[in-house]
Amino acid sequence: MENKVARVKMRNITKRFGPVLANDRVWLDIYQGEILALLGENGSGKTTLMNMLSGIYFPDEGQIFIDDKEVLIRSPKDAFDLKIGMIHQHFKLVDVLTAAENIVLGLHDGKRLDLEKVKTRVREICDAYGFDVDPDEKIYNMSVSQKQTVEIVKVLYRGADILILDEPTAVLTPQETDKLFAVLRNMRNDGKAIVIITHKLHEVEDLSDRVAVLRQGQFIGDMPTRESSAQEMTNMMVGHPVTLNIERPEPVDPKPRVEVKNLTVRSEEGVLKLDDVSFTINSGEILGIAGISGCGQKELLEAIAGLQPTESGSVIYINDNGTKEELIGKDPQAIADKGVALSFVPEDRLGMGLVANMDLTDNMMLRSFRRGRSFFTDRKTPKKLAEDVVKELEVKTPSVNTPVRRLSGGNVQKILVGREIASAPTVLLTAYAVRGLDIHSSYTIYDLINKQKQSGVAVVYVGEDLDVLLELADRILVLCDGKVSGIVDGRGAKKREVGLLMTRVGGKDE
Amino acid sequence: MFDLVSFIPRAVVQSIPLLLGSTGETLTEKSGNLNLGIPGVMYVGGICGVIGAFLYEQSVASAEEMNAFLAIGIPMLACLLGSLVMGLIYCLLTVTLRANQNVTGLALTTFGVGFGNFFGGSLIKLTGSDVPSIALSATSSFFSRALPFADDLGWFGQIFLSYGFLAYLAIAIALVTAYVLKHTRVGLHLRAVGESPATADAAGINVGRYKYVSTCIGSMIAGLGGLYYVMDYACGVWSNDAFGDRGWLAIALVIFTIWRPNVGIFASMLFGGLYILYLYIPAGMNLSVKELYKMLPYIVTIVVLVITSMRNKRENQPPAHLGLSYFREER
Repeated sequence: MENKVARVKMRNITKRFGPVLANDRVWLDIYQGEILALLGENGSGKTTLMNMLSGIYFPDEGQIFIDDKEVLIRSPKDAFDLKIGMIHQHFKLVDVLTAAENIVLGLHDGKRLDLEKVKTRVREICDAYGFDVDPDEKIYNMSVSQKQTVEIVKVLYRGADILILDEPTAVLTPQETDKLFAVLRNMRNDGKAIVIITHKLHEVEDLSDRVAVLRQGQFIGDMPTRESSAQEMTNMMVGHPVTLNIERPEPVDPKPRVEVKNLTVRSEEGVLKLDDVSFTINSGEILGIAGISGCGQKELLEAIAGLQPTESGSVIYINDNGTKEELIGKDPQAIADKGVALSFVPEDRLGMGLVANMDLTDNMMLRSFRRGRSFFTDRKTPKKLAEDVVKELEVKTPSVNTPVRRLSGGNVQKILVGREIASAPTVLLTAYAVRGLDIHSSYTIYDLINKQKQSGVAVVYVGEDLDVLLELADRILVLCDGKVSGIVDGRGAKKREVGLLMTRVGGKDE
Repeated sequence: MFDLVSFIPRAVVQSIPLLLGSTGETLTEKSGNLNLGIPGVMYVGGICGVIGAFLYEQSVASAEEMNAFLAIGIPMLACLLGSLVMGLIYCLLTVTLRANQNVTGLALTTFGVGFGNFFGGSLIKLTGSDVPSIALSATSSFFSRALPFADDLGWFGQIFLSYGFLAYLAIAIALVTAYVLKHTRVGLHLRAVGESPATADAAGINVGRYKYVSTCIGSMIAGLGGLYYVMDYACGVWSNDAFGDRGWLAIALVIFTIWRPNVGIFASMLFGGLYILYLYIPAGMNLSVKELYKMLPYIVTIVVLVITSMRNKRENQPPAHLGLSYFREER
């Protein structure tokens, strides 16, 4: 492998956002015909670094060489001209336009806009790499993986041969991920240089040829993937040795806590979101919920928490002394008073649960402001709580008076989960608690959840990463299109088996 | 008996300022700029045209010596310049300095109306006329000159050919705008900027330039609406506050047409018709009923809003990034 050609050389790249040093004199080489995995914790500057290569940010210091020629990348257009294409974590697509219109967006080839020609060319690219894209389909009608395909076709259409993918698998099912990886390998063999940013180490081992690690904005090192291991990579990312096993303590005295029976929910548009769902949540146990995103997970949790009107069915809460109470029809406040806590981390993280512009203390108060008896609110207790959460969960924040939106994603999630746990729940409903979090923060959250389980809380954990679900949950409920397609025991469950349950719609095999 | 032959031309002349205003605003909104300053822009367009015409009329000895080309060209140029400046102020504040669009727009409306009334008042004082208005009938005659054979064609001529050239220009502008938005690369890019500037930016489109250009052109089109009102509809008579709430009606029209300038041609005529319907309703002595009829355009707009939001079709929604400013390095 001595004849490797470095397509991109980044030298001494530094970027500051106000007082924050996002990248500190980073050196990075990207080679032709190689897949480079860029690793690092949240806020370690991976995305920032790649954004400078794709023209979104401009470096404060440092040089970028493409094919040994120094270049200035001032805008995304410059990046295209250098054949650099980036697929962002949040897709850069216009929803109301068709795939073809999105693909041709921003191109100036002087001639009149000829969409027929564009479509032909799109089909050629799709055939060459085995994509399945309908150029006339509107983006808002597409699934996430279809949108991602459009993004990839978009950069290929522009003739990019340096591809950057920012957490491409975060929203894909295992099957879709496999398909994507096959395509990426195809492109590598085609001589393209590929950079992939991901948090999932098994994907790194599976796909990449080389890994590069960033920590707190600094370049730590790079090495061929097969000479490294998940343990070594994690140690480099975190800076000190960490254990990589998710604990799964035995369930503590499991007793039925919540019984969901024949629950059916329709969205406002009349679409069936949950169809005759029945299951039991036990105390002292983690019930994992698996499913492709948008299969009714959100509706299920919200129905239990009283936020979602239901069509039929019942949710029965069983008290310690065995008495039963119907939760449907109770208002969310009454349900929350029973000890049912919901922490839902939506895709945009801040949409539900926290108010971005308020500081940590005020966000803690959102849960407790009803408790005080006087006309004025009690600010001392929430402030204390905020300080406790910051300390216990190692939240990185300048102070408890910082608006939540200024914190990085991982820290925001810690605050949300920390607040919900602090209310001493009997049932903890969490959804995507580790969405977009790095290894280290994820493990902190798993620990927290395990602690809750051991203290007898009934935990419902909606997750995206099947590997984690399989290691963490005692039982796994698989949702498919709003139906329960199976409940499997977490111990001994096979990834394939769960993956198939996720995609099998009404008995049809894929 | 409802007199259609006299009703339709009156509805059409009512509609032209609305059409120009809404075409301009649609173009602006497609770039993601919600310019609530349009009523002010139309005032400024109108008064600048009046100032231009006034200066030219003063500089020639008598109406017979006026050159048709200059009589039309000078007020038009003044009007376009005035509204361009308004568009530039709006862009400078909202695009470059990223000020709040609603506040900026409302401020421009207040400013524009005040600007119009101040200079209108000054001109009235200069002419020393007895009534609180200024008449530029010589210039107006050039603007409102109908097609030569309109009178010979009976009702057909009256309905289709009896308008000044600005009316036909307004329809042409609406059609061209609709075509550009739908069928050209520039239009595609503009829609992308309004829907998702981050996407457009990542695709290599100069977001700031598109916002500036479309907002300024939109302002100039809207400004022509003010000019048409004074020079053609009002026969060259400027009196303060006469333009009324037509600017707001133009903005309502944008929503009514669900951001389609070609639909705007007929929608504006409908609005124009509803606006003057009260004149044709035999209401007897009860004037308050007539005031109720003036509400019709707004009620229709609300109904359309309700229907489009119920249909929930994505294409019929406002540009997704309307009213928000964009900064590439935002974290």
